[in-house]
Amino acid sequence: MSKEFTFEIDGRLVKAVQGDTIMQAADAAGVYIPRLCDTEGLEPQGSCRVCVVKQNGRSVSACTQPAIADSKVENETEEIQGYRRNLVRMLYHEGNHLCPICEASGRCELQAMGYRLGITQATKYPYLQPVRPVDASHPDIVLDTNRCIFCGRCIRASRDIDGKHVFEYVGRGIHKRVGVNGDRLAQTNVELTDRAIDLATCPVGCIIQKGKGFFAPIGQRQFDHKPISLGVAAVDPEEAE
Amino acid sequence: MKKRIATVSLAGCFGCHMALLDIDERLLDLLQSVEFDRSPLNDLKKFTRRCDIGLVEGGCCNEENVHTLREFRRNCDVLIAVGQCAVMGGLPVMRNAIMHSEDPLRECLETAYLNSDKIYNPSNRIPNDEALPLLLDKVYTLAEVVKVDYQIPGCPPSGDTLWYTLSALLAGKPVELPYELLRYD
Repeated sequence: MSKEFTFEIDGRLVKAVQGDTIMQAADAAGVYIPRLCDTEGLEPQGSCRVCVVKQNGRSVSACTQPAIADSKVENETEEIQGYRRNLVRMLYHEGNHLCPICEASGRCELQAMGYRLGITQATKYPYLQPVRPVDASHPDIVLDTNRCIFCGRCIRASRDIDGKHVFEYVGRGIHKRVGVNGDRLAQTNVELTDRAIDLATCPVGCIIQKGKGFFAPIGQRQFDHKPISLGVAAVDPEEAE
Repeated sequence: MKKRIATVSLAGCFGCHMALLDIDERLLDLLQSVEFDRSPLNDLKKFTRRCDIGLVEGGCCNEENVHTLREFRRNCDVLIAVGQCAVMGGLPVMRNAIMHSEDPLRECLETAYLNSDKIYNPSNRIPNDEALPLLLDKVYTLAEVVKVDYQIPGCPPSGDTLWYTLSALLAGKPVELPYELLRYD
């Protein structure tokens, strides 16, 4: 039988089973740890660092770090929220995130994280304004990589759930991007029914289903009234039908 | 004494000024405590004296925008970037990267004046009259050109957001937008 133990998140006692990550234990206890690259049903990869918490004083990503018995985890402290604010700002500055013209606006997790963290002020970071391609070759799907934040959710969904390997990282460092398994999306075996293409998989507006933009009116979108948190997901399954 | 407000639209669409009118009858309350200096709302083209608050809509896409913005910074105690164009460049910023070009400004002008089959331009030239302000190599955000005290995002920010911002400032409080008023679109 697996061993149960408790630990603290921001002073609140949380139960965990041996092998649970901090994120799994927090989710089960109803404590929200902000995240972008981690999502229900996919292997965590700990790359966006938005879920960074302090476990006994050390910074770790909550989605990959196992919980430790009797440890103290800091989650929504001013210091950590400050790190998260900077991380989300860097994601905004690294791509071309034009919310006013984006189909995902209002259901975008990057945008929602900006709202949740109250990001408004100018930063020291430059806008990189990279030149990135748009691939509209597929009859049902558009890939606008200007909006990609390299979370890898489509990669993991395609590989682990669809069993297809349609998406993969290519390049290194600042040149790293998400590529497709073919010259263009139309030459791959991707289908609209793939989990990788599901509206809930891409946290931003990079993977777009043709004919399904702006399906919820302003004021009724997922994050219009409630901040992103447990139970407030990017896409309401009924609404997206 | 009444506080003085100046407003201007740089590389914007005047949508944020329209949003300021969206505060509706509260405009009358606002006018009890403020006076508008340089602004398209009263058609004053020059500062008459130093202002307490400057609201700037739009980013900088030409040298006149930069000149005007610096003038606002010199003449306003609190300078506010209003709307997505002022904050991150907005739609005009699309010419920086999304044109997919080595020379985006040239391609932008050539598409607008020479190479499109949707245009009528018998001179077949790109306008270069001396009276036209020189376009910048790319579109800049306000914070890239001057120090900005507050950024109020939104396309446009709602009337409520602008009302909240001005109310807070006039009451001498820092502006911290509540969740429902913070929008990037």
